[in-house]
Amino acid sequence: MRSIKVQVILWGAQRLSALVLALCVLVHLATIIYAVRSGLTAAHIVSRLHQSSLWTVFYSLFVLAIAIHAPIGLRTVVAEWGYQGRIIDGLLGTIALALVVGGFRALFALQGLA
Amino acid sequence: MSELTVRIWRGLEAENGEFQDYKVPRLESQTVLDVVTYVQRRVDASLSYRFACRVGVCGSCAMSVNGVSRWTCRTHVSKVAKDGLLEIAPLRNLPVIKDLVTDMSVFFDKWAKARGQFQGEHTRHEAFAQVKPDSKARKNVDAAIECIGCGVCYSSCEVVSWNADYLGPAALSRAWTLVNDVRDVAQKERLQAVAGDAGCQACHTHITCTERCPKGISPTAGIAGLKRAVLNASLKGEL
Ligand code: FES
Repeated sequence: MRSIKVQVILWGAQRLSALVLALCVLVHLATIIYAVRSGLTAAHIVSRLHQSSLWTVFYSLFVLAIAIHAPIGLRTVVAEWGYQGRIIDGLLGTIALALVVGGFRALFALQGLA
Repeated sequence: MSELTVRIWRGLEAENGEFQDYKVPRLESQTVLDVVTYVQRRVDASLSYRFACRVGVCGSCAMSVNGVSRWTCRTHVSKVAKDGLLEIAPLRNLPVIKDLVTDMSVFFDKWAKARGQFQGEHTRHEAFAQVKPDSKARKNVDAAIECIGCGVCYSSCEVVSWNADYLGPAALSRAWTLVNDVRDVAQKERLQAVAGDAGCQACHTHITCTERCPKGISPTAGIAGLKRAVLNASLKGEL
Protein backbone atom coordinates (compact mmCIF):
# COMPACT_ATOMS: atom_id res chain seq x y z
CA MET A 1 0.00 0.00 0.00
CA ARG A 2 1.56 3.26 -1.14
CA SER A 3 1.07 6.54 0.67
CA ILE A 4 -1.96 8.64 -0.23
CA LYS A 5 0.31 11.20 -1.88
CA VAL A 6 1.87 8.63 -4.20
CA GLN A 7 -1.56 7.18 -5.02
CA VAL A 8 -2.80 10.61 -6.06
CA ILE A 9 0.34 11.31 -8.10
CA LEU A 10 -0.04 7.98 -9.90
CA TRP A 11 -3.66 8.79 -10.62
CA GLY A 12 -2.75 12.25 -11.91
CA ALA A 13 0.06 10.86 -14.05
CA GLN A 14 -2.33 8.39 -15.61
CA ARG A 15 -4.84 11.11 -16.47
CA LEU A 16 -2.15 13.33 -17.94
CA SER A 17 -0.59 10.51 -19.96
CA ALA A 18 -4.08 9.59 -21.22
CA LEU A 19 -4.43 13.11 -22.55
CA VAL A 20 -1.08 12.87 -24.35
CA LEU A 21 -1.96 9.40 -25.66
CA ALA A 22 -5.30 10.53 -27.06
CA LEU A 23 -3.49 13.12 -29.13
CA CYS A 24 -0.61 10.83 -30.12
CA VAL A 25 -2.90 8.00 -31.18
CA LEU A 26 -4.91 10.38 -33.39
CA VAL A 27 -1.80 11.70 -35.12
CA HIS A 28 -0.38 8.17 -35.40
CA LEU A 29 -3.58 6.79 -36.97
CA ALA A 30 -3.97 9.75 -39.33
CA THR A 31 -0.38 9.28 -40.46
CA ILE A 32 -0.89 5.57 -41.09
CA ILE A 33 -4.03 6.23 -43.14
CA TYR A 34 -2.22 8.92 -45.08
CA ALA A 35 0.94 6.87 -45.55
CA VAL A 36 -0.69 3.69 -46.92
CA ARG A 37 -2.54 5.53 -49.68
CA SER A 38 0.27 4.82 -52.12
CA GLY A 39 1.14 1.40 -50.78
CA LEU A 40 3.29 0.56 -47.82
CA THR A 41 6.97 -0.24 -48.07
CA ALA A 42 9.71 -0.34 -45.49
CA ALA A 43 11.71 2.10 -47.60
CA HIS A 44 8.88 4.63 -47.46
CA ILE A 45 8.61 4.43 -43.67
CA VAL A 46 12.32 4.72 -43.14
CA SER A 47 12.63 7.63 -45.54
CA ARG A 48 9.88 9.50 -43.73
CA LEU A 49 11.21 8.91 -40.25
CA HIS A 50 14.94 8.80 -40.82
CA GLN A 51 16.62 11.63 -38.98
CA SER A 52 13.45 13.63 -38.71
CA SER A 53 13.70 15.46 -35.40
CA LEU A 54 9.97 16.24 -35.41
CA TRP A 55 9.04 12.55 -35.52
CA THR A 56 11.74 11.74 -32.98
CA VAL A 57 10.18 14.16 -30.51
CA PHE A 58 6.68 12.94 -31.31
CA TYR A 59 7.44 9.24 -30.87
CA SER A 60 9.58 9.86 -27.79
CA LEU A 61 6.57 11.51 -26.20
CA PHE A 62 4.39 8.64 -27.37
CA VAL A 63 6.70 6.01 -25.87
CA LEU A 64 6.95 7.85 -22.55
CA ALA A 65 3.18 8.32 -22.31
CA ILE A 66 2.67 4.59 -22.91
CA ALA A 67 5.30 3.65 -20.36
CA ILE A 68 3.54 5.80 -17.76
CA HIS A 69 -0.03 4.99 -18.68
CA ALA A 70 -0.01 1.24 -19.14
CA PRO A 71 1.62 0.13 -15.86
CA ILE A 72 -0.57 2.42 -13.74
CA GLY A 73 -3.67 1.11 -15.47
CA LEU A 74 -2.49 -2.47 -15.00
CA ARG A 75 -1.86 -1.70 -11.34
CA THR A 76 -5.52 -0.73 -10.91
CA VAL A 77 -6.75 -3.81 -12.74
CA VAL A 78 -4.49 -6.14 -10.77
CA ALA A 79 -5.51 -4.46 -7.48
CA GLU A 80 -9.16 -5.10 -8.30
CA TRP A 81 -8.28 -8.76 -8.86
CA GLY A 82 -6.96 -8.67 -5.30
CA TYR A 83 -3.19 -8.41 -5.82
CA GLN A 84 -1.23 -5.52 -4.31
CA GLY A 85 2.12 -4.86 -2.74
CA ARG A 86 5.82 -4.52 -3.34
CA ILE A 87 6.22 -7.50 -5.65
CA ILE A 88 3.39 -6.26 -7.88
CA ASP A 89 4.79 -2.73 -7.89
CA GLY A 90 8.24 -4.09 -8.77
CA LEU A 91 6.75 -6.09 -11.62
CA LEU A 92 4.88 -3.09 -12.93
CA GLY A 93 8.04 -0.99 -12.69
CA THR A 94 9.79 -3.63 -14.79
CA ILE A 95 7.00 -3.46 -17.36
CA ALA A 96 7.38 0.33 -17.49
CA LEU A 97 11.12 -0.06 -18.02
CA ALA A 98 10.60 -2.68 -20.71
CA LEU A 99 8.18 -0.35 -22.52
CA VAL A 100 10.70 2.49 -22.41
CA VAL A 101 13.60 0.31 -23.59
CA GLY A 102 11.58 -1.47 -26.28
CA GLY A 103 9.98 1.74 -27.48
CA PHE A 104 13.18 3.75 -27.72
CA ARG A 105 15.06 0.87 -29.28
CA ALA A 106 12.55 0.74 -32.12
CA LEU A 107 12.50 4.49 -32.39
CA PHE A 108 16.30 4.87 -32.50
CA ALA A 109 16.55 2.12 -35.08
CA LEU A 110 14.07 3.90 -37.35
CA GLN A 111 15.65 7.27 -36.81
CA GLY A 112 19.08 5.96 -37.60
CA LEU A 113 20.30 7.12 -34.24
CA ALA A 114 21.56 3.75 -33.14
CA MET B 1 -57.83 -11.92 -8.12
CA SER B 2 -54.51 -12.31 -9.87
CA GLU B 3 -51.46 -13.51 -8.04
CA LEU B 4 -47.81 -12.63 -7.90
CA THR B 5 -45.06 -15.17 -7.56
CA VAL B 6 -42.51 -13.78 -5.18
CA ARG B 7 -39.08 -15.36 -4.68
CA ILE B 8 -37.55 -14.14 -1.44
CA TRP B 9 -34.02 -14.81 -0.20
CA ARG B 10 -34.11 -16.69 3.10
CA GLY B 11 -31.23 -17.57 5.33
CA LEU B 12 -28.67 -16.61 7.91
CA GLU B 13 -25.28 -15.19 7.17
CA ALA B 14 -23.43 -18.23 8.42
CA GLU B 15 -25.52 -20.70 6.46
CA ASN B 16 -26.10 -20.75 2.78
CA GLY B 17 -29.41 -19.16 2.06
CA GLU B 18 -31.78 -19.89 -0.78
CA PHE B 19 -34.76 -18.39 -2.55
CA GLN B 20 -38.21 -19.47 -1.46
CA ASP B 21 -41.37 -18.95 -3.48
CA TYR B 22 -44.50 -17.32 -2.09
CA LYS B 23 -47.87 -16.49 -3.63
CA VAL B 24 -49.11 -12.99 -2.94
CA PRO B 25 -52.38 -11.46 -4.14
CA ARG B 26 -51.79 -8.75 -6.73
CA LEU B 27 -53.38 -5.49 -5.67
CA GLU B 28 -53.65 -2.12 -7.29
CA SER B 29 -50.92 0.43 -6.45
CA GLN B 30 -49.06 -2.27 -4.55
CA THR B 31 -45.46 -1.54 -3.59
CA VAL B 32 -42.68 -4.10 -3.24
CA LEU B 33 -42.63 -3.36 0.48
CA ASP B 34 -46.37 -4.16 0.62
CA VAL B 35 -45.56 -7.56 -0.90
CA VAL B 36 -42.82 -8.33 1.63
CA THR B 37 -45.06 -7.15 4.48
CA TYR B 38 -47.86 -9.42 3.23
CA VAL B 39 -45.56 -12.44 3.27
CA GLN B 40 -44.34 -11.64 6.78
CA ARG B 41 -47.80 -10.97 8.23
CA ARG B 42 -49.87 -13.60 6.41
CA VAL B 43 -47.58 -16.38 5.22
CA ASP B 44 -44.39 -16.71 7.23
CA ALA B 45 -43.88 -14.61 10.37
CA SER B 46 -40.22 -15.64 10.56
CA LEU B 47 -39.28 -13.47 7.56
CA SER B 48 -36.94 -10.63 8.59
CA TYR B 49 -36.81 -7.30 6.77
CA ARG B 50 -36.45 -3.61 7.59
CA PHE B 51 -38.66 -0.62 7.09
CA ALA B 52 -39.87 2.35 9.08
CA CYS B 53 -41.42 5.34 7.33
CA ARG B 54 -42.96 3.70 4.23
CA VAL B 55 -42.76 7.05 2.44
CA GLY B 56 -39.18 7.31 1.22
CA VAL B 57 -37.72 9.27 4.09
CA CYS B 58 -35.88 6.92 6.43
CA GLY B 59 -33.87 4.89 3.92
CA SER B 60 -34.23 1.58 5.76
CA CYS B 61 -36.22 -0.48 3.25
CA ALA B 62 -33.71 -0.88 0.42
CA MET B 63 -33.48 -4.36 -1.12
CA SER B 64 -32.48 -5.92 -4.37
CA VAL B 65 -35.57 -6.34 -6.56
CA ASN B 66 -35.20 -8.46 -9.69
CA GLY B 67 -31.46 -7.85 -9.47
CA VAL B 68 -31.64 -4.08 -9.00
CA SER B 69 -31.24 -2.26 -5.69
CA ARG B 70 -34.25 -0.08 -4.90
CA TRP B 71 -36.14 1.59 -2.07
CA THR B 72 -38.99 -0.88 -1.82
CA CYS B 73 -41.55 1.41 -0.16
CA ARG B 74 -41.57 3.72 -3.18
CA THR B 75 -41.26 1.04 -5.84
CA HIS B 76 -44.51 -0.05 -7.42
CA VAL B 77 -44.84 -3.71 -8.30
CA SER B 78 -46.20 -2.68 -11.71
CA LYS B 79 -42.90 -1.00 -12.48
CA VAL B 80 -40.63 -3.94 -11.69
CA ALA B 81 -42.51 -7.25 -11.86
CA LYS B 82 -41.47 -9.24 -14.90
CA ASP B 83 -44.34 -11.52 -16.02
CA GLY B 84 -45.83 -11.45 -12.53
CA LEU B 85 -42.54 -12.51 -10.94
CA LEU B 86 -40.62 -10.66 -8.24
CA GLU B 87 -37.26 -11.77 -6.94
CA ILE B 88 -36.37 -10.02 -3.70
CA ALA B 89 -32.92 -10.32 -2.12
CA PRO B 90 -30.86 -8.41 0.44
CA LEU B 91 -28.68 -5.51 -0.76
CA ARG B 92 -25.45 -6.55 -2.48
CA ASN B 93 -22.01 -5.60 -1.13
CA LEU B 94 -23.14 -5.89 2.50
CA PRO B 95 -23.06 -8.88 4.85
CA VAL B 96 -26.45 -10.51 5.38
CA ILE B 97 -27.69 -10.84 8.96
CA LYS B 98 -30.84 -12.74 8.10
CA ASP B 99 -33.18 -12.93 5.11
CA LEU B 100 -33.52 -9.40 3.74
CA VAL B 101 -31.68 -7.67 6.57
CA THR B 102 -28.08 -6.63 5.93
CA ASP B 103 -25.47 -5.42 8.37
CA MET B 104 -25.00 -1.78 7.38
CA SER B 105 -22.21 -0.97 9.84
CA VAL B 106 -19.45 -1.05 7.19
CA PHE B 107 -21.51 1.32 5.09
CA PHE B 108 -21.88 3.88 7.87
CA ASP B 109 -18.37 3.36 9.22
CA LYS B 110 -17.15 4.49 5.82
CA TRP B 111 -19.11 7.74 6.17
CA ALA B 112 -17.15 8.40 9.34
CA LYS B 113 -13.89 7.37 7.65
CA ALA B 114 -14.55 9.82 4.82
CA ARG B 115 -14.87 12.55 7.45
CA GLY B 116 -18.59 12.82 6.95
CA GLN B 117 -18.94 14.80 10.19
CA PHE B 118 -19.31 18.56 10.06
CA GLN B 119 -16.61 20.36 11.98
CA GLY B 120 -17.17 24.03 12.67
CA GLU B 121 -15.35 26.45 14.91
CA HIS B 122 -18.10 28.85 15.92
CA THR B 123 -20.01 28.55 19.14
CA ARG B 124 -23.59 29.53 19.81
CA HIS B 125 -22.34 32.85 21.10
CA GLU B 126 -21.14 33.93 17.71
CA ALA B 127 -23.22 35.22 14.83
CA PHE B 128 -24.59 32.86 12.17
CA ALA B 129 -22.39 32.23 9.19
CA GLN B 130 -23.72 33.87 6.07
CA VAL B 131 -23.86 31.56 3.08
CA LYS B 132 -25.20 32.92 -0.18
CA PRO B 133 -27.89 30.52 -1.46
CA ASP B 134 -26.83 31.08 -5.06
CA SER B 135 -23.09 30.63 -4.50
CA LYS B 136 -21.48 27.76 -6.40
CA ALA B 137 -20.44 25.95 -3.23
CA ARG B 138 -23.93 26.17 -1.73
CA LYS B 139 -25.46 24.83 -4.94
CA ASN B 140 -23.05 21.90 -4.85
CA VAL B 141 -24.23 21.14 -1.33
CA ASP B 142 -27.88 21.36 -2.37
CA ALA B 143 -27.33 18.86 -5.16
CA ALA B 144 -26.33 16.10 -2.75
CA ILE B 145 -27.74 17.01 0.65
CA GLU B 146 -31.00 15.03 0.42
CA CYS B 147 -29.29 11.65 0.76
CA ILE B 148 -31.29 9.34 3.05
CA GLY B 149 -28.49 6.80 3.54
CA CYS B 150 -30.43 3.89 2.06
CA GLY B 151 -27.35 2.13 0.69
CA VAL B 152 -28.78 1.63 -2.82
CA CYS B 153 -25.76 3.31 -4.45
CA TYR B 154 -23.31 1.38 -2.30
CA SER B 155 -24.86 -1.95 -3.13
CA SER B 156 -25.00 -1.08 -6.84
CA CYS B 157 -21.38 0.04 -7.09
CA GLU B 158 -19.11 -2.34 -9.02
CA VAL B 159 -15.98 -0.79 -7.54
CA VAL B 160 -17.18 -1.62 -4.01
CA SER B 161 -17.66 -5.24 -5.05
CA TRP B 162 -14.06 -5.41 -6.34
CA ASN B 163 -12.41 -3.32 -3.65
CA ALA B 164 -13.78 -3.85 -0.16
CA ASP B 165 -11.86 -0.83 1.14
CA TYR B 166 -13.43 1.61 -1.32
CA LEU B 167 -15.39 4.24 0.59
CA GLY B 168 -18.23 4.10 -1.90
CA PRO B 169 -20.57 6.65 -3.46
CA ALA B 170 -22.65 7.64 -0.43
CA ALA B 171 -19.74 8.40 1.89
CA LEU B 172 -17.85 10.28 -0.81
CA SER B 173 -20.93 12.24 -1.82
CA ARG B 174 -21.42 13.21 1.82
CA ALA B 175 -17.78 14.32 2.03
CA TRP B 176 -18.33 16.42 -1.09
CA THR B 177 -21.18 18.34 0.58
CA LEU B 178 -18.81 19.16 3.45
CA VAL B 179 -15.93 20.11 1.15
CA ASN B 180 -18.38 22.72 -0.15
CA ASP B 181 -19.42 23.82 3.33
CA VAL B 182 -17.63 27.14 3.87
CA ARG B 183 -18.10 26.86 7.64
CA ASP B 184 -16.22 23.58 7.94
CA VAL B 185 -12.64 23.74 9.25
CA ALA B 186 -11.46 20.17 8.70
CA GLN B 187 -11.00 20.46 4.94
CA LYS B 188 -7.40 19.27 4.76
CA GLU B 189 -8.08 16.18 6.85
CA ARG B 190 -11.19 15.45 4.81
CA LEU B 191 -9.36 15.62 1.48
CA GLN B 192 -6.71 13.31 2.90
CA ALA B 193 -9.43 10.93 4.02
CA VAL B 194 -11.11 10.75 0.62
CA ALA B 195 -7.96 10.67 -1.54
CA GLY B 196 -6.24 7.65 -3.02
CA ASP B 197 -6.92 4.06 -4.02
CA ALA B 198 -9.69 3.52 -1.45
CA GLY B 199 -11.15 6.96 -2.01
CA CYS B 200 -12.38 9.06 -4.91
CA GLN B 201 -9.48 8.06 -7.18
CA ALA B 202 -10.85 4.50 -7.31
CA CYS B 203 -14.11 5.55 -8.98
CA HIS B 204 -14.36 4.31 -12.58
CA THR B 205 -17.28 6.62 -13.38
CA HIS B 206 -19.62 3.74 -14.22
CA ILE B 207 -22.44 6.02 -13.00
CA THR B 208 -24.48 3.09 -11.65
CA CYS B 209 -24.88 4.93 -8.33
CA THR B 210 -26.31 7.96 -10.07
CA GLU B 211 -28.62 5.85 -12.19
CA ARG B 212 -29.98 3.99 -9.16
CA CYS B 213 -30.17 6.76 -6.53
CA PRO B 214 -33.85 7.03 -5.58
CA LYS B 215 -33.34 10.65 -4.58
CA GLY B 216 -31.92 11.63 -7.96
CA ILE B 217 -28.55 12.55 -6.47
CA SER B 218 -25.40 12.17 -8.57
CA PRO B 219 -22.63 10.80 -6.37
CA THR B 220 -20.63 10.54 -9.60
CA ALA B 221 -20.62 14.33 -9.92
CA GLY B 222 -19.57 14.71 -6.29
CA ILE B 223 -16.77 12.19 -6.69
CA ALA B 224 -15.56 14.02 -9.80
CA GLY B 225 -15.53 17.20 -7.71
CA LEU B 226 -13.51 15.42 -5.03
CA LYS B 227 -11.01 14.20 -7.63
CA ARG B 228 -10.48 17.78 -8.76
CA ALA B 229 -10.19 19.07 -5.19
CA VAL B 230 -7.73 16.32 -4.23
CA LEU B 231 -5.60 16.94 -7.32
CA ASN B 232 -5.55 20.69 -6.67
CA ALA B 233 -4.58 20.13 -3.05
CA SER B 234 -1.79 17.73 -4.03
CA LEU B 235 -0.45 20.18 -6.64
CA LYS B 236 -0.33 22.84 -3.94
CA GLY B 237 1.45 20.41 -1.66
CA GLU B 238 -1.45 20.43 0.80
CA LEU B 239 -2.16 16.74 0.81
S1 FES C 1 -39.43 2.61 4.57
FE1 FES C 1 -38.46 4.54 4.88
S2 FES C 1 -37.55 4.86 2.93
FE2 FES C 1 -38.68 3.06 2.60
